[in-house]
Amino acid sequence: MKNSIPLRLHVPEPPARPGQAPDFSWVKLPKVGSVSRPDIGTDPHDMREHAYTMIRVLEDDGTAVGPWDPKLDPETLRRGLRMMMLTRAYDDRMARAQRQGKTSFYMRCTGEEAVGVAQAMALDDRDMTFPTYRQQGLLITRGWPLVDMMNQVFSNSRDRLKGRQMPIMYSSKAAAFFSISGNLATQFPQAVGWAMASAIKHDTRIAAGWIGEGATAEGDFHHACTFASVYRAPVILNIVNNQYAISSFQGIAGGERTTFAARARGYGLPALRVDGNDFLAVYAATSWAVERARSNRGATLIELFTYRASAHSSSDDPSKYRPADEPSHWPLGDPIERLQKHLTALGEGSDERHTRLAEEVKEEVRAAMREAESYGTLGTGEHHSPATMFDDVFKEMPWHLRRQRQELGF
Amino acid sequence: MVQALNSAMDVMLARDQNVVVFGEDVGYFGGVFRCTEGLQRKYGPERAFDTPIAEAGILATAVGMGAYGLRPVVEIQFADYIYPATDQLISEAARLRYRSAGEFTAPITVRAPCGGGIFGGQTHSQSPEAIFTHVCGLKTVMPSNPYDAKGLLISSIEDDDPVIFLEPKRLYNGPFDGHYERPVTPWSEHPAGEVPEGHYTVPLGKAAVVRPGDDVTVLAYGTMVYVALAAVAESGIDAEVIDLRTLLPLDIDTIVDSVAKTGRCVIVHEATRTSGFGAELSALVHENCFFKLEAPIVRVTGWDTPYPHSLEWDYFPGPKRVAEGLRRAMEG
Repeated sequence: MKNSIPLRLHVPEPPARPGQAPDFSWVKLPKVGSVSRPDIGTDPHDMREHAYTMIRVLEDDGTAVGPWDPKLDPETLRRGLRMMMLTRAYDDRMARAQRQGKTSFYMRCTGEEAVGVAQAMALDDRDMTFPTYRQQGLLITRGWPLVDMMNQVFSNSRDRLKGRQMPIMYSSKAAAFFSISGNLATQFPQAVGWAMASAIKHDTRIAAGWIGEGATAEGDFHHACTFASVYRAPVILNIVNNQYAISSFQGIAGGERTTFAARARGYGLPALRVDGNDFLAVYAATSWAVERARSNRGATLIELFTYRASAHSSSDDPSKYRPADEPSHWPLGDPIERLQKHLTALGEGSDERHTRLAEEVKEEVRAAMREAESYGTLGTGEHHSPATMFDDVFKEMPWHLRRQRQELGF
Repeated sequence: MVQALNSAMDVMLARDQNVVVFGEDVGYFGGVFRCTEGLQRKYGPERAFDTPIAEAGILATAVGMGAYGLRPVVEIQFADYIYPATDQLISEAARLRYRSAGEFTAPITVRAPCGGGIFGGQTHSQSPEAIFTHVCGLKTVMPSNPYDAKGLLISSIEDDDPVIFLEPKRLYNGPFDGHYERPVTPWSEHPAGEVPEGHYTVPLGKAAVVRPGDDVTVLAYGTMVYVALAAVAESGIDAEVIDLRTLLPLDIDTIVDSVAKTGRCVIVHEATRTSGFGAELSALVHENCFFKLEAPIVRVTGWDTPYPHSLEWDYFPGPKRVAEGLRRAMEG
């Protein structure tokens, strides 16, 4: 053998671990407003750069620039801000409720609010969504009652899911929000299937699916992209790259050598890589994909480049694997603060108005909390009867489940 | 039987605009076993189409379509190929009604040819039915003749829960009784080969007593029904042969009534023995008929090995082994 150098395995390591200085020098940001906005009919092969660059609209000073500026009216912007702030206030309260022992588990989307909120606003309310566990902003933006969400988190007597699902695994057919699964990535190809069905029925509604950058490593991601491409399904495939899959940085999922948006290129799908903390950029990119899907031009893969500012879940402690002060060094800031700055720059917002809004949404959450708690929390109050455990396994209960229900004493 | 299955899908595609049929090679070509032949020509490529080779993708898109309101009928080319789809089947399709408290359902029928005897080796011969009966939320069906195949498939497609519909491929052309050295009688010469045109159903969860008898009960399904009948004829034992037809939900009453009468029970399946469906049947017979039993329950099954290509007839639980099982049950 001519070459006898010992082989070595490369195991990706993040730029900084606990105790080290946070390092985001690897994040390459193009100039705000510099990325072109292709026509929706553009051949994916002619928009290569969009898979590697980053669509950004909001400048540091709060002004909006470039071809992707969706030029939303102040009313819409204020609604977006309100929904993001409501989502954060809801998360804060629910996380506290978990610490108070009112539920077993919680997951916040802190820092990622623009994803659920701006995307819900760019979609039609009747478009079907197949979310992960971190898009509570979709439900909130669609006006789904906070009380109903809390009932689910508390598994109380009004929980429509009868206490069967872990907290935050909402389901709402009325809000076109698919039942959340704890098995990652499964919803991604399901979104494609729903979109295929809509096309088969010559409907006008489209579908959208979400997946974390970590779960793109699952086979279901590949199935979703393949089927979406083959059948030109009217679906938007969103990768929320929040840099972490629990403790594993995005390099473990394959983000070290290329972008997640670039995955689309092998399937012949158009890709948009977007500053996920830029409300306007998220809204604009989603609208582009919506228009493309609605006009029978097929699917778009969007990478929403964001940062999980909080823990993975209430069971996680990020200081064990990343620098404790890393969140404050994230170069793309906070989506809420950035939209507030934009409104202020437009003369449509002010610190005072935003403080008042923060109080308003807090009160809205507080009121919902009072009502939800009156229906019980995980440890207290009324709950669904154990007899209901045997319902809905099948449409009609077979004999063996009836016997087991009797065995339990019902 | 192939024509019967084809007719069931044809009937349902015509009756219900929400029925769609898809899978690998099922569209233009009509399936490697020809079960979907002509459906694309008749109903167009939006209702009967080919898919990429991705069983998980097939099941996942079916779940999404089910959530939309369609009634997908998907073909997994061989039951042996179903494993990549198990996450979508077990964690998604089977649990969707439960986890959403009935908001979303997965009215999917998964057709898959199963069983050996075609020199398919270990990857074209398996009988994985027990895996699916172990999953709460799935129904598991295995027909043994053309009349039942059509009626059960229509019931499965009309069912609002996901159904695993296993088709013993050795029965596609005739009632194969395990005598591989003899030619198979075609279905056209068998009474159960008579299949009415149009819509009819055979209900899920109902077994059929295919041969009444007094001495011993034989529980079988799929190909093993004919193997058992041959074994009964050759052994001269007056056995009652029950074709379970649906494994879940199981027709427990028919089983209990029969074993209570005969006091003996032989369970026959082609699948491997350990943790096979026979283990569940044995436990149920034990729990429900213990004081009527006059002999230990006997299982005649495939061996706990992969299905060997050139040795498949040594693996297959043929009439000779079933007859031995019957004698053991009579002596016990």
